[in-house]
Amino acid sequence: MIPAQFDYLAPTTVEEALAALGQHGDDAKILAGGQSLLPVLRMRLNAPEVVIDLGRIESLRGIRDDGDAIVIGAMTQHSVVEHDPLVAEHAALISKAVEHLADHQIRHRGTFGGALAHADPAGDLGAPALALGAQFVIQGPGGSRTVAADDFFVDLFETAIGEDEILTEVRVPKHTGWGACYEKFVRVAHQWPIVAVAATVRVEGGTIAEAKIGLTNMGSTPLRARAVESALVGQPATEDAVRAAAAQAADGTNPPSDLNGEAAYRKHLATVLVRRAVLNASGA
Amino acid sequence: MTRINLTVDGSNVSDDVEPRMLLVQYLREKLGKTGTVIGCDTSNCGACTVHLDGVSVKSCNVLAVQADGHEVTTIEGLAQDGELHQMQKSFRECHGLQCGFCTPGMIMQSVDLLKNNPHPSEEEIRVGLEGNLCRCTGYHNIVKSVQHAAAQGGAQ
Repeated sequence: MIPAQFDYLAPTTVEEALAALGQHGDDAKILAGGQSLLPVLRMRLNAPEVVIDLGRIESLRGIRDDGDAIVIGAMTQHSVVEHDPLVAEHAALISKAVEHLADHQIRHRGTFGGALAHADPAGDLGAPALALGAQFVIQGPGGSRTVAADDFFVDLFETAIGEDEILTEVRVPKHTGWGACYEKFVRVAHQWPIVAVAATVRVEGGTIAEAKIGLTNMGSTPLRARAVESALVGQPATEDAVRAAAAQAADGTNPPSDLNGEAAYRKHLATVLVRRAVLNASGA
Repeated sequence: MTRINLTVDGSNVSDDVEPRMLLVQYLREKLGKTGTVIGCDTSNCGACTVHLDGVSVKSCNVLAVQADGHEVTTIEGLAQDGELHQMQKSFRECHGLQCGFCTPGMIMQSVDLLKNNPHPSEEEIRVGLEGNLCRCTGYHNIVKSVQHAAAQGGAQ
């Protein structure tokens, strides 16, 4: 399958990319790592007139320590994030989720920012970014603005990024010393999750002091399991206590029904995966 | 048309291509390197795996223009001076192929795997090849082939 014809632009700075986006507007599509966009173009589900490739903009790559946060450049490949020691130390939940994203070849090309901007509700990075309270730095013709994770994911494949804007980096608040687990339930090894749970937990002397939990594919956007988070605080990190809290995992969710499972099945799955993820993250 | 200059299997090549041309099409149709095959055309099966700047990618999921200025190695570039790469020898030795269609991608991904992890466990090999499908389901001998190559120092 071959994509429809398009013009190709490969800017080397964010400013050039923004100018190109401003000029072509609706007719243009941003190409990050291309691991979701190219299949879409090949199947002709989308046929932009102009493709703007961010792959030559070096300033969008890399991971740095910035005080109370680590900052991940939007064009940093998944495989770089996966093996980065800063991410492993301060945002282990992201390391764990990236490790299970697609397969090796896709992780060599796909990018952290590209996947988040694509906002597939079954994507593996939304739930951990939401749980960790990530901040999304978005640049437009008027300068940069920062959007909190709670406001970033708007709907199915829709984010707070405007049509004349580009996601440049993601700031992840440090969660040093927190346990983390990404429980992903799939039918086929490298596929999107039917449901997945991103859990990160701070345990003090066998008691859960804080818990943050994100849900993948339980609605049109990633969701926080806030009822479970509250119920876990002050509880012992034991099977019984976590099981009781996890019973609320599907509260307020609206999961899809499809060939992989009915909504009711997904709601049950969420309670099971939250229990497993929290117990694993607690080291229990 | 867009002008691209890249290195493929050690040779410098330069061509005018349509931006929509996939890297796998460029390799097969422009350069005649049909050793790299198109399997599923949906980026699932991994049969089209090549190395781009030394790391494995699915060449049906990369545009030829994205490879401009970069270095590509295909299955046809693995043998040196007429001698098969150790991974190729091991696939032959351990019967790591049945119909052979997935083999170019399996070998390219296995070479990438051993580069990062010269002595993988069986589990690590299976996880490392999760992006490559063999519809003959010949996975057992594929895993044995990678183990054989590792034992022979196949990371080189």
